[in-house]
Amino acid sequence: MKDLLWLIPLLPLLGAAVNGLVGNRRGWSKHATSGVALTASGLALLAALGAIADWAATVGTHAAHVDRVFTWIPAGFGHTTGGLLANLSVDFSLRIDALSAVMLFFVTFVGFLIHIYSVGYMHGEEERPYARYFAYLNLFMFAMLTLVLGANLAVLFVGWEGVGLCSYLLIGFYFEKDWCAAAGKKAFLVNRIGDFGFILAIFWTVKVFGTVDFGALEGAIAADPARFAAAATPIALLLFVGAVGKSAQLPLYVWLPDAMAGPTPVSALIHAATMVTAGVYMVVRTNFIFRLSPTAMLVVAAVGGVTAFFAATIGLAQNDIKKVLAYSTVSQLGYMFLATGAGAFAGGIFHVFTHAFFKACLFLGAGSVIHACSGEQDMRKMGGLAKKIPVTYWTFLVATLALSGIPPFAGFFSKDEILGRVFAAGAGNLNGFGVSYLVLWVLGVAGAFLTAFYMFRAVYMTFHGEFRGGHEAEHHLHESPPSMIWPLRILAGGSVVVGLLGVGKAITFGSDLNWFEGFLHHVAPNVEVEHAPALGTEWALIVLSVAVAGAGIALARRFYFGPQAFAAPRRIAERVPSLYAAVANKYYVDEAYDRTVVRPLGKLAHFSWKGIDAIAIDGTLNASAFFTEIAGDLLRFLQTGNVRNYALFVLGGALAAAAWLLL
Amino acid sequence: MPTDSLLSAIVLTPGLVGLLLLATPRQAVRLQRWGGLLASLATLAFAAVAWSRFDPANAGFQFVEFHRWLPSVGIAYRLGLDGISLVLVLLAALLQPIVFISSWRSIHENVKGYVASMLILETGVLGAFLATDMFLFYVFWELMLVPMYFIIGVWGGERRIYAAVKFVLFTLAGSLLMLVAIIYLSFVFHAQTGTWSFAYEDMLKASVPMGHGFWHSPQMLLFAAFALAFAIKVPVFPLHTWLPDAHTEAPTGGSIILAGVLLKLGTYGLLRFNRPLFPEAWQRATPLFLTLAVIGIVYGALVAWAQKDMKKLVAYSSVTHMGFIVLGLFAGTLASTQGALLQMVNHGLSTGALFLLVGVVYDRRHTRLIEDFGGLAAVMPLYTGAFMLATLSSIGLPGLNGFVGEFLILGGAFPRHPVIVAVAATGIVLGAVYMLSLVRRVFWNPLTIEENRSLADLTWREALAFAPLAFFMVWIGVHPGTFLSLSEAAVRRLIGG
Repeated sequence: MKDLLWLIPLLPLLGAAVNGLVGNRRGWSKHATSGVALTASGLALLAALGAIADWAATVGTHAAHVDRVFTWIPAGFGHTTGGLLANLSVDFSLRIDALSAVMLFFVTFVGFLIHIYSVGYMHGEEERPYARYFAYLNLFMFAMLTLVLGANLAVLFVGWEGVGLCSYLLIGFYFEKDWCAAAGKKAFLVNRIGDFGFILAIFWTVKVFGTVDFGALEGAIAADPARFAAAATPIALLLFVGAVGKSAQLPLYVWLPDAMAGPTPVSALIHAATMVTAGVYMVVRTNFIFRLSPTAMLVVAAVGGVTAFFAATIGLAQNDIKKVLAYSTVSQLGYMFLATGAGAFAGGIFHVFTHAFFKACLFLGAGSVIHACSGEQDMRKMGGLAKKIPVTYWTFLVATLALSGIPPFAGFFSKDEILGRVFAAGAGNLNGFGVSYLVLWVLGVAGAFLTAFYMFRAVYMTFHGEFRGGHEAEHHLHESPPSMIWPLRILAGGSVVVGLLGVGKAITFGSDLNWFEGFLHHVAPNVEVEHAPALGTEWALIVLSVAVAGAGIALARRFYFGPQAFAAPRRIAERVPSLYAAVANKYYVDEAYDRTVVRPLGKLAHFSWKGIDAIAIDGTLNASAFFTEIAGDLLRFLQTGNVRNYALFVLGGALAAAAWLLL
Repeated sequence: MPTDSLLSAIVLTPGLVGLLLLATPRQAVRLQRWGGLLASLATLAFAAVAWSRFDPANAGFQFVEFHRWLPSVGIAYRLGLDGISLVLVLLAALLQPIVFISSWRSIHENVKGYVASMLILETGVLGAFLATDMFLFYVFWELMLVPMYFIIGVWGGERRIYAAVKFVLFTLAGSLLMLVAIIYLSFVFHAQTGTWSFAYEDMLKASVPMGHGFWHSPQMLLFAAFALAFAIKVPVFPLHTWLPDAHTEAPTGGSIILAGVLLKLGTYGLLRFNRPLFPEAWQRATPLFLTLAVIGIVYGALVAWAQKDMKKLVAYSSVTHMGFIVLGLFAGTLASTQGALLQMVNHGLSTGALFLLVGVVYDRRHTRLIEDFGGLAAVMPLYTGAFMLATLSSIGLPGLNGFVGEFLILGGAFPRHPVIVAVAATGIVLGAVYMLSLVRRVFWNPLTIEENRSLADLTWREALAFAPLAFFMVWIGVHPGTFLSLSEAAVRRLIGG
C-alpha cells in the first residue's frame, strides 16, 4: 500500500472529475453524486489507513518512505551558486513519514465524516449545484492530500495553491450572492500575497541548496548546519509569509472571517480542520530550516502569540455564530504558531490534530443549529435550543469544553503543552529571547481566558435561556438527520479521547507517556531548553491554565445566563461605547486595508491607463505624428518640381559640405 | 513520408490554398470555410509529422531545405527546424484550425478574404519560424503584416482603421531598421570572409565589432535595430500601446493569432537572433531589458485591472505575460530560457483561449463591457468552467501550464537577479487580482441584466474549438517534460550553456 501513495490523492480527484464532468447532465441524480463523492473519499480514507499501516510495519515509524511518481519539471537549473546538485529536476514524489501520517489520518478521517454530513446539510440544493459542491469537495481532498504527501516544496506548493483554489470556489459556492463572490475572491487574493513569499522561498532554497526535496534538504543541513545558517533566516521568513496567508495570521487573517460565506461543512473542513492548518504543517515540515534561525523562530512565535490574543478579543463581541468560530480558529492557529515558534513542533502539530476534531465538531454543530433555525446565524435570535436539538447541544458542549482547555478533553492537553513549552522557552531563555517568550506566554494565558469566555458566551446565547427567534422560527426547530448527527457524535467522541495521545510529562509526574511527541520525534524534534522548569512549576502552570479557563466560563455564565443575562455586557457597551464599537467592528482593519492598499492601488491602475498609456505614450506618438505631418507640409514647398531650384539646392549643399570639410 | 520537403509543406500549404481560394466565387462560402479548415488541419498534420520525426538530441537544424534564389548576393530559400522553432510551429499550427472553427459562423461577410488572409498569414508566421536565411526571414516577417492589416481593417470593430494603421506603423517602424541591420550584417560577413551570404548559420560566424559607447559600436547599433523590431512586436513596455487597440478592434480569430502567435515572433526573434548574433551587446542591454520587463509585468497587470472592456483586459494581460518571457530570455540561464520558450506556448494557449471565450459572449451580446454581464455562471455553466480553466492557466495555478513557465523563468532567474524576480513575482499576485475580479464581475454576483438570462451555453462547435487548448493546458501543466525535452538541446546550444 505504501507504494501506492499516489492512489490516495488520485481517488478523490477521480470523484471530482466524474461529478464535475457528468454532474451537469440531466438525469444525474443526487444519489449518484453523493455515491461517487462518498466512495471516493471513503476509499481515500481506507487507502490512507492502509498506507500508514504498511509504512509503519515495513519501514518503521522512525523513517520516511518516498514514492517517486514521475519527473514533473525536468530542468537544468544548473546555475546554483555553490549548489549541491548541478542539475535540478523537480519530481512529483510523495512522502510518508510520521508527520504526514498524522496529517493523512485526520484529513481523510475528518474529510470523510464531513462528506457524510454534507449529504444531509446540502440536501435542499438542486442536482447541479449539488454535484458542483461535491466535485469541489472531492477536489479539495485531492489538493489537501497532495499538500500533505508532497515530498518536496514544489509538490507541496501544488497542493497549497490547489486547496486555495477549492477554498475560493467553495466560499463562492453561492456565487449569485455578491458577498459570497467577494469573500471568495478576497480569500484567493490574500492567500496569493502569502504565496508570493512562499514561491520566493522556494527559489531561494533552489539557489542555496540546489534541491527542494525535504529529505535532501534535511540531509544537507544535518551535514553542515553552519554553512546554511545565513540563508536560513530569509528562507524561513519567506516560507512563513506563505504560512501567514494560508493560516490566517496577522496581518493576513482578514480573509478567514469572510470565508464563512461558504456552506458550513466547508467552513468545518477547509476553514477549521484542514486547509488553514497547512501553514503550521509547512513550518513543521521545514523545521530543519526554521530551527537554524532564532530570529525566524521568534517571529513565528510572536506573530502566533499576538494573533492568538488579538483574534480572541474580536471573538468577544461577534453575534454571528460562525464568525465567533472563525475568530476562534484564527486565534487557535495563533497558538499553533506560538508553539512551533517556541520550538515545540510536535506540540504545534498536536494542537492541529486535536483542534481538527473539536473545531470541526463545533462548526458542524453550528451548521446543525443553523439548519434547525432555518438559516439563521445570529445568536441574538437563538436561545434555549438545548432542549430542541439535544444531540447538537451535547456535542457542541463537549467540543466547547475541549476548546476551552478543560480536562480531560482534548484541547486541554494540547493547549497545556503549548503554554508549558512557551513558558519553558521563556524561563530557559531560548536563543536569548527569554523575555519575549515570557511576554508571549502571558498573551497565551490571557487568550485562554478569552477563549473560554467567548465560547461559553456562544453556548449560553445559543442553547440556554429563552428562544428569541419568534414563533414562526420556533415552530420549525428540529434536530438534524442522522447523516449530520453521527459525524457530530464521532467528532465529539474524538474531542474527548484524542488528547490522551499526547499526555504531557508533568501530568503523569515525569513518566513519559507522550506517545504523540515520541511519534513525531524523528521528523520534528522539539527544541529543548537547557533548564526545563521543575515539576512543581509545571503543575502550577497546569492549574493556572485550567483556573483561567474556569474563570472565563464563570464570567460568561454571569453575563449571559440566568435572569440577568445580557445586562452586564450591555452596561459595558454603554459605558465604553468607542471600545465596544471598535471590537464589534473588528478594529476597522478591513476598512484600513481598503483605504491604505486597495484604493491607492486602484488609483494607480487608473492613472497608469489614463495617464501613462493614453497621455504620456500615445500622446507623444500622436504629437510626433502631428509634427511629421507639419514637416511634410513644409517640405512640400521645397519640392517645386523646378529643376533649377534643385540645382541650386545641390550647389548649396555641396558648398556647405566643402566648407565643413575645409574649416 | 519523405521528409526532404516537409518544411516547405508546412510553410506553403496554407498560403497556396489561400491563394487558390481567392480564385473561388464569392458565394462559395462553404467551400472557403472547409478549404481553410482542411488546409490548416493538413498543416497541423505536417507539423505533427515533423514532431514525430524530430530528433531531440540533435541541437542543430533538421529537415533542412536549400534552394538557390539570388546566388550573387548569397540569398537563398533556406528552411530548417530545431527544437525552438518546433514548439512554436506546433503552437501556430494548432491555433489556426481553432481560429477557423471558432469563427465558422461569426465571420459571414467576405468569407473568402478572411480565410485567404488567415492562411497567408499562417504561411508568413510559419515561414518566419522556419527560415534560416536572414533575408527570407525578413520576407516572411513582412508578409505577415499585410494579411493582419486586412484582418483588423476589414473584419474589425468600429475603430478598426485607426487600429490597423497604428499596428502597421508601429511594426514597420521597427522592421525597416531591421532590414538595414540584416544587410549590414551580411556586409560584415562579406568583409570578414569574402563571400556573400544571408544564411543564419553564416551570420553566427560573423563577429560584429563591439566598438565603444553606443553610436560608435556597430554591434550595439545592430542589436538595437533588431531589438527594436522585436520589442515592438513583443511588445515591451513602453512600445505596447498598439496592442490593446489592435486587439480590441480585431475580430476574435485575429486576436487569437495576434496574441497566440504574432507576439511570439518578437520573443522568438530576440532569442534566435539578438542573443547569439550580438552576445556582448546582449550582455550590455540586459539590465535595460530586465527593467523594462518587470515594469511591463507590474504595469500591464495594473492597467489590465483598470479595464472596463473584457477584451482589452485580456490584451493588457498579454503585456504582463510577455514581460515574464522577456525576463526569462534576458536572465539567460538554461532554466529561465527554457521557461521563456515554454511560456510562449503557454501564453498562446491561455490567452488564445481567453480571446476565444470573450468572443463567445461577444457573438451573443455584441458587447464586451464587463458591466453588461454578471451572474453568467447561473446560465452558462459549461462556458463558466471553460473560462475558469483558462483563467487558472493564465494566473499560473500549479498543475496547469502557466505555472511551469513562470516557475522556470523566475526560478531560473532568481540566482542571478533576486530583486528583479521579487518585483516580478508581485505580478503573480496582481495577475490573480485582475483575472479574478473579471471572473467575479462577469460570472458571479446576481444576474441582474435581463438579456443575459437567455444566453445559450457553449455550442458543440465552440466547445470543440476550446477542447484542444484545455487538453494542452493540462498536459503541459502535468508533464511539461514532453515539450521541454524537445527544445533543451537547441536552447543549450543557443545560449552556449
